[in-house]
Amino acid sequence: MRVALFVPCYVDACEPQVGIATLELLQRFGLDVTYPFDQTCCGQPMTNTGCHAEAAATEALFVRNFSGFDYIVVPSGSCAHQVRAHMTAIPQTEAVTAVRERTFELVEFLHDILKVDAFPWAQFPYKVSYHSNCNALRGIGHAAQSELHQPFWSKPLDLLMKVKGIELVQIARPDECCGFGGTFSVFEPAVSVKMGYDKVADHARAGAEYVVSADSSCLMHQQGCARRLGTGIRFIHIAQILNGAPA
Amino acid sequence: MKDSLIHPDLRSPRNEAPVGPDGTRLQHAEGTSQPLRTRSAEPQPRGAKVDGDKPIDQREAAARFIAAPEHARMHDERLWDLRRKRDAEMQAIPEWEELRELASQIKAHTLAHLDQYLEEFEANAKANGVHVHWAQDGTAHNQIVHDILRQHGAKRLIKSKSMLTEECGFRHYMAGTDIEVVETDLGERIQQLDNEAPSHVVVPAVHKLRRDVAEVFARTLGSDPDSEDVPYLARQQREATRPLILTADAGLTGANFAVAETGSFVVCTNEGNADLSANVPALHIASIGIEKLIPRIEHLGVFIRLLSRSALGSPITQYTSHFRRPRNGGEMHIVLVDNGRSARLGMESFWTSLKCIRCGACMNTCPVYRRSGGLSYGATYSGPIGLILDPTFDKRKYSTLPFASTLNGSCSDVCPVKINIHEQIFAWRKVLAEAHEIPLAKRQMMKAAGAVLSRPALYRAAIETADSALRYLPKFMVHNRWNAWTEGREMPPAPQETFHAWYARTHLKPTGDKVPGGKGAPDEPA
Repeated sequence: MRVALFVPCYVDACEPQVGIATLELLQRFGLDVTYPFDQTCCGQPMTNTGCHAEAAATEALFVRNFSGFDYIVVPSGSCAHQVRAHMTAIPQTEAVTAVRERTFELVEFLHDILKVDAFPWAQFPYKVSYHSNCNALRGIGHAAQSELHQPFWSKPLDLLMKVKGIELVQIARPDECCGFGGTFSVFEPAVSVKMGYDKVADHARAGAEYVVSADSSCLMHQQGCARRLGTGIRFIHIAQILNGAPA
Repeated sequence: MKDSLIHPDLRSPRNEAPVGPDGTRLQHAEGTSQPLRTRSAEPQPRGAKVDGDKPIDQREAAARFIAAPEHARMHDERLWDLRRKRDAEMQAIPEWEELRELASQIKAHTLAHLDQYLEEFEANAKANGVHVHWAQDGTAHNQIVHDILRQHGAKRLIKSKSMLTEECGFRHYMAGTDIEVVETDLGERIQQLDNEAPSHVVVPAVHKLRRDVAEVFARTLGSDPDSEDVPYLARQQREATRPLILTADAGLTGANFAVAETGSFVVCTNEGNADLSANVPALHIASIGIEKLIPRIEHLGVFIRLLSRSALGSPITQYTSHFRRPRNGGEMHIVLVDNGRSARLGMESFWTSLKCIRCGACMNTCPVYRRSGGLSYGATYSGPIGLILDPTFDKRKYSTLPFASTLNGSCSDVCPVKINIHEQIFAWRKVLAEAHEIPLAKRQMMKAAGAVLSRPALYRAAIETADSALRYLPKFMVHNRWNAWTEGREMPPAPQETFHAWYARTHLKPTGDKVPGGKGAPDEPA
């Protein structure tokens, strides 16, 4: 199994430890993981702003970097959703569709492809609130959605429950967006920040010591809000917990 | 819900919800609306500033709404409460998803054969003794209604809530005539007295605190400005308006559904006000958008089960009134209105927005709408459904609205007719960018981002050589808007090196190997 690691641009620049944890975690399962060196971004900032033509060259570069692998794994539900659902600015050749179909978010890769049943090296003795990125939840189907009539299930919680000592707490509005929304966070700052404050307050009321998510973008936004509010809550990516990060 | 999560105004010790036949308090919908007590005189934030067809600055109006914390908090919690009640009703119906699918298919089918069903409806309505008129746009609608009223010498029209008449600017048009229009829906009446548009398709005055209503009534009805007592305010309004209703010359209603096979239409309300509008005067006019058609009476059950559950989290509206023919000695007119609907039906990516039954569930669940207030959109329709309907009326004026979304997708999940609302918001952004209806600076920013992100060497040089990659990256992604981040948020802590640099340091041989894609690597032409 040839696996390529895609490290999103903001993880590369702002949260390198998340990329490192993802690489180490995949290697723990004996995978041959390649980091294509010329990678940059999936094109989401442009596409989400409506500028598809401006995303075409970035998409083409993505396909050149990630062709020929069995799986492309990315520690972000948002970027995985972008590649799978919205990478349409370039002609849909066989190479393009192959890359799009083989791109997996880390949690679903561990849960659905590797079917991991234990993380013996991992323990995290804290009260944890899980934050679902909206694209991970509703775009690629990480978990049951509170709006729909369906039985409860959750891939990220399935994985977290295998971590020793972890205690999950439930917030009042589990599926509510935290207000990051990509470029929304800077183009519509007042609403974005208000949503972030409300989300952080919800985590705090539930007694969470850590907020964990499969997306660093939401975490960065919520962490920025929490620090401004002076809330002592901490934020960590699920890859770090599953890789056995000391808290 | 934990008590601590409820706005203090909503935590009244006195339960004023109506009592059901068995003596217990009604638990659903408007029955549980709690009185609001305000402790300061925070003025009600007003909506977006509208200037011709200049793009609406929703962001500015939303920021003002958030800057009024009492209003913002009440609004968010009141609407979230409707979402919670909707969830509870949904959970109680095992076949909920099947119902949504059925409703979606019935609407899609009807829209695909709309010409046929409209003709069937018209023929059956005429056979019932109803006069049927066709209006191509809002102006035609207003003139048709005005003509009918004039022919009957009507001096006062009582009307029940109708988003279609808002679309047509009907009240504004009638203000230029000698015919008085009186709204009979309480929320809509409050908005009329305050000279403000409805902020929500179902609960039009939901953005107002009790104190705001007291202020409006004091100003317009002469009630005591210091009394925020709900029964007092309700009585003042009732005493002022009821005589106007009882002596009105004509009534106007909308319709929630129009049934082709019977030529009849159905109006759902919780106040019975449509029944007043329709039954008190001898002349009843119904303004109906052409997308309100359903083929058969048996389809109605599907929609009635979904409508109020989705809208207010109540099993059904208090009144579900069927109108088929004029009453003895009376006259009934139906005005079938297009106003852009046929054109929308021809839009490949957006025609399914015509399935909408105006329940407002997407607004109640939308985290942006709940925190912005409906008037911040400066349009007839606000919230998620507004983002995809409004640009069909005016692409320039409403060009900013599809960006007032995080694309979180909750709207599509609650939609009882399964409109892919968030995907249409996404699709509108592309249409607007291609039509050059997004700000030039935004487009140039994206062009620059695309140029850097498609050239690995340029990208690396940009982020590795900056004082801090962190400081550079967001700037280049969002240009000079980095300070927008720090207005309400702290910057993330700066890492010592990027993942890329870490990987090069730990996984590549220190000498001999040229670092691919690093500085000095040939630029891949885009």
